[in-house]
Amino acid sequence: MVHSKNSTEFALMYRFLILRRPVYKSSSISLKEAKMKSKFMLVILVVLALFSVSAQQKEIRVLLANHPYGDLLKAAIPEYEKATGVKVNVESLQESQLTTKLTTEFATRSSTVDVFMTRPLQEGKMFYKNGWYEPLTGYDFSDYPKNALDVATFGNKAYIVPLVTEWEVLYYRIDLFKKAGLSVPTNFTELEMAAKRLNSSDMAGFASRGKGAAAVTQLSSYVYNYGGTYLDKGKAAFDSIEAIDAIRFYGKMLANYGPSGVTNMSWENIMPLFQAGKVAMWTDASVFYGQIVDPTKSQVPAENVGIANFPAGPKGNTPFIVVSWGMAIAKQSKNKALAMDFIKWATSQGLAKRGMLANITMARNSAWKDAEVRSKINTGLIATQEYAAKYGIPYDRPYMSAVGEARDLIGEVIIESINTAGTSTKLEALAKDKVDAVNGLLEDTGEYGVY
Amino acid sequence: MEPKKIRGSFLERNLHIIFPMPAVIFVVVMMFFPVLYTFFLSFTNWNLTSGMPLSIVMLRSYQRILREPRFLAALGRTFSFTALAVSVETILGMIIALILNREFKGKGLTKLIMLLPLVSTPVAIGIAWNLFYDPTIGLANFVLTRLGLPKQAWTGSSSTVIPSLALVDIWQWTPMIALILLSGLASLSNEPYESARVDGATEWQIFWRITLPMVTPTLLTALILRSIDALKTFDIIYAMTGGGPGYSSETLNIMAFKYSFEYFRMGQASVILVFLFLLVLIMSLLIVRMRKSLEL
Repeated sequence: MVHSKNSTEFALMYRFLILRRPVYKSSSISLKEAKMKSKFMLVILVVLALFSVSAQQKEIRVLLANHPYGDLLKAAIPEYEKATGVKVNVESLQESQLTTKLTTEFATRSSTVDVFMTRPLQEGKMFYKNGWYEPLTGYDFSDYPKNALDVATFGNKAYIVPLVTEWEVLYYRIDLFKKAGLSVPTNFTELEMAAKRLNSSDMAGFASRGKGAAAVTQLSSYVYNYGGTYLDKGKAAFDSIEAIDAIRFYGKMLANYGPSGVTNMSWENIMPLFQAGKVAMWTDASVFYGQIVDPTKSQVPAENVGIANFPAGPKGNTPFIVVSWGMAIAKQSKNKALAMDFIKWATSQGLAKRGMLANITMARNSAWKDAEVRSKINTGLIATQEYAAKYGIPYDRPYMSAVGEARDLIGEVIIESINTAGTSTKLEALAKDKVDAVNGLLEDTGEYGVY
Repeated sequence: MEPKKIRGSFLERNLHIIFPMPAVIFVVVMMFFPVLYTFFLSFTNWNLTSGMPLSIVMLRSYQRILREPRFLAALGRTFSFTALAVSVETILGMIIALILNREFKGKGLTKLIMLLPLVSTPVAIGIAWNLFYDPTIGLANFVLTRLGLPKQAWTGSSSTVIPSLALVDIWQWTPMIALILLSGLASLSNEPYESARVDGATEWQIFWRITLPMVTPTLLTALILRSIDALKTFDIIYAMTGGGPGYSSETLNIMAFKYSFEYFRMGQASVILVFLFLLVLIMSLLIVRMRKSLEL
C-alpha cells in the first residue's frame, strides 16, 4: 500500500528529527536500513550547516528612497562591497511607501533594517519619540550647516546625517519673458503681473501645487514672506491675518492663472505640463531643476528654462530651505558597527561631490565650495542656494509628529482658497477650525506649547 | 480489504487531522487572525505618533469616528461610487452579452479584446487614465474640444471626480459582467423562446418575460462579486487621486489607509475597517438571501 509506505517514512523522519529517538528501535525496518537513513539525514544536516556558515558573511540591509541620491547610491554600492567585503542588501521604495514600511517594521519590532534614508521633517519627530533612531556618536558633523543640523538633533544628540537640501525657487520660461518684454519677478506684485500677461488659453501663466496636503510645503514660503508661520512656539498659527493673506494670494494666483484641475495636482502633475511647454512660471522645490532641463524628458530647450530666487512678499523674503532627506541607523540594528561604517561612506564628501555633479543639491558645505562643482553646475542654482542658505527658514511644514494629518487639515484651507480664487468669506473660520484641530493633534502627542 | 491494524504512532493515528493542517493554518493565520486582530485594535487607541504604548479604550474610537463628518461622507461616497459603477456595468454588461450571444463573424476576437481590461494592472490603468484625464494635455479633453464640447476638469474637480473614477471602473469591469452573463445566456434552453415566437411575442417581450427572469440567478452572482469588489476599491482611486481633491474621492478604504499609514492612528483606522467589513458582509448576505428567495 503506497499510502502506508509513505506514512512510515514520514513517521521515521518525525522520530529522528523531533523526538530525537534512534530510528531503528521499534520500527519494522532493519538496522542496516535505519543506519543508511540516519547517514542520509546526517548529510542533509551537514549541507544545511554549510549553508548557514556561508550565510554568515557580513551583511547589512539598507532601505533607500526612489530619489536621485538613492539611485546614485545604489549604483555606487558595488564599489563599497568590493572594498569592504560587506554584502549590502538594498531595497528602494517610493517616499511614502518607505515611511510606511519603516513604520510597520519598527512598530512590530520585526525589523532587520540597519540603515535607511529618512525625511527629518516628515517622520523625524515620530521616529525619535518611538526610539527608532540610533544616536550617531562618533560621526563628524563639522561639514554641515547649522540649520541643517537643527532638524537632525534631538536633545543634545544627532540622529540623522543630512543628505540633500532643497529650497523654494521660481522656474520660468526665459523665451516667453523675452517675447513679452518682462523682467523676472522679484516680488509677489510683479509675480501676479507677469502671470496675468503670460496667461492664455494655451498657457498657464503660473503654476504651483494645489493638491491640499502636497501644497503645504510650497505654500510655506508664501506664508513666511507675508509674515506668517504654521506653528508658533508649539501652537498652530496659520489663522493669523498674515497667513490668511498668503493663503488668499496663493488661491487667487492658482485659480486665475493656474492650470485647470490644479486642486488635484502635486509636482508630479505640474512637471509634465512645464516640460510640455504649457506653464510659464512655476514655484516649487529646487530639486526638480535637473529634470526640467533634461532634453530627454522636456520639450522645452534647456536654454529657455530659467531659475530665480523665490519672489519677496510684503514682509521680506525668507523662503524655506530644508533637509529633505537624511540617513540614519536603526536602533534595533544588530550590525551597528557595520551600519556606522556604511553610513560614513554613503554620506562621504566624495559621494556628495558626485551627487552635486548629477544636479543633486547636497547638504554638505564642502560640496558647494568644490571648484569643479562650481564650474559645472548651473549658476542660477548656486545663486539661489546661497540666498536661501543665508536667509531661508529650515522648515517647510508644521514640524510635529502628526504632520501627515496636519498637512491634510491645512490642505483643506488651501483648497477652499483655490476654489474661491482667494475670496472665500469663510476662510478665516475654516482656518480657525483647522488650527484647533492641529492644536488637538499637538496635545494628543504631548507637543502642544513645546518648542 | 481489511484495514491494517493501526500502529501506535501518533502520526499515523492522526493523519486525517495532520494533512489538512497546512490549509487550516493558512486560513487561521492569514484570514481569521487579521480580522480578529483588527476588531481588537478597534477597541484600542494605538497611535504611533504619540509614542505611547496602546491602551484599551473600548468604544471611544468608535464614538470619535462616528462623529467625524469625514467618515460619514466617505461612507456615502463608498455607496454612491459602488451604485454608479455597478449599475452601469450591469446594464452595459447585459447589452454586450445579448449582442455577443448571437452568432457573428469575429466573435472570438471580440471576446478576446474584451478580456484585455480585466488582465491589466490596476496601478498602470490608473496612471494611463490620469494621462487621459489631464485637463491641459490629456486625450479626453482633446476629444471633447474636437467634438465641440466644453472641457472638463475630470478628476481635478470635486464635482466630477467620482463619476470619472467610476468610468475607469466601468471600463475595466463591464467585460467581466458581460462574460458571466454570456455564460448564463448560453446555458438557457431554446424551448421557451420557440413557443414564445410561435405565440407572436415581440423581441422586447421575450427579453423581459423570458431572458431576464431566467438569467437572474447568474446576474445576481455577478452583482455580488462586483458589489463586494467595488465597495472595497482601493488601487485605482489611490493611484489616480489618492482621495482628492481634498477628500472628495475618499472612500472608506482610502480613509482607512490614510488613518493607518499617513496619520498612524491604528485604532481608529481599525474602526473604519470594521465598518467596511460589516458593510461588505451585510451586502453579500442580502444578495445571497435575495438569490435564494428567487430560486425557490
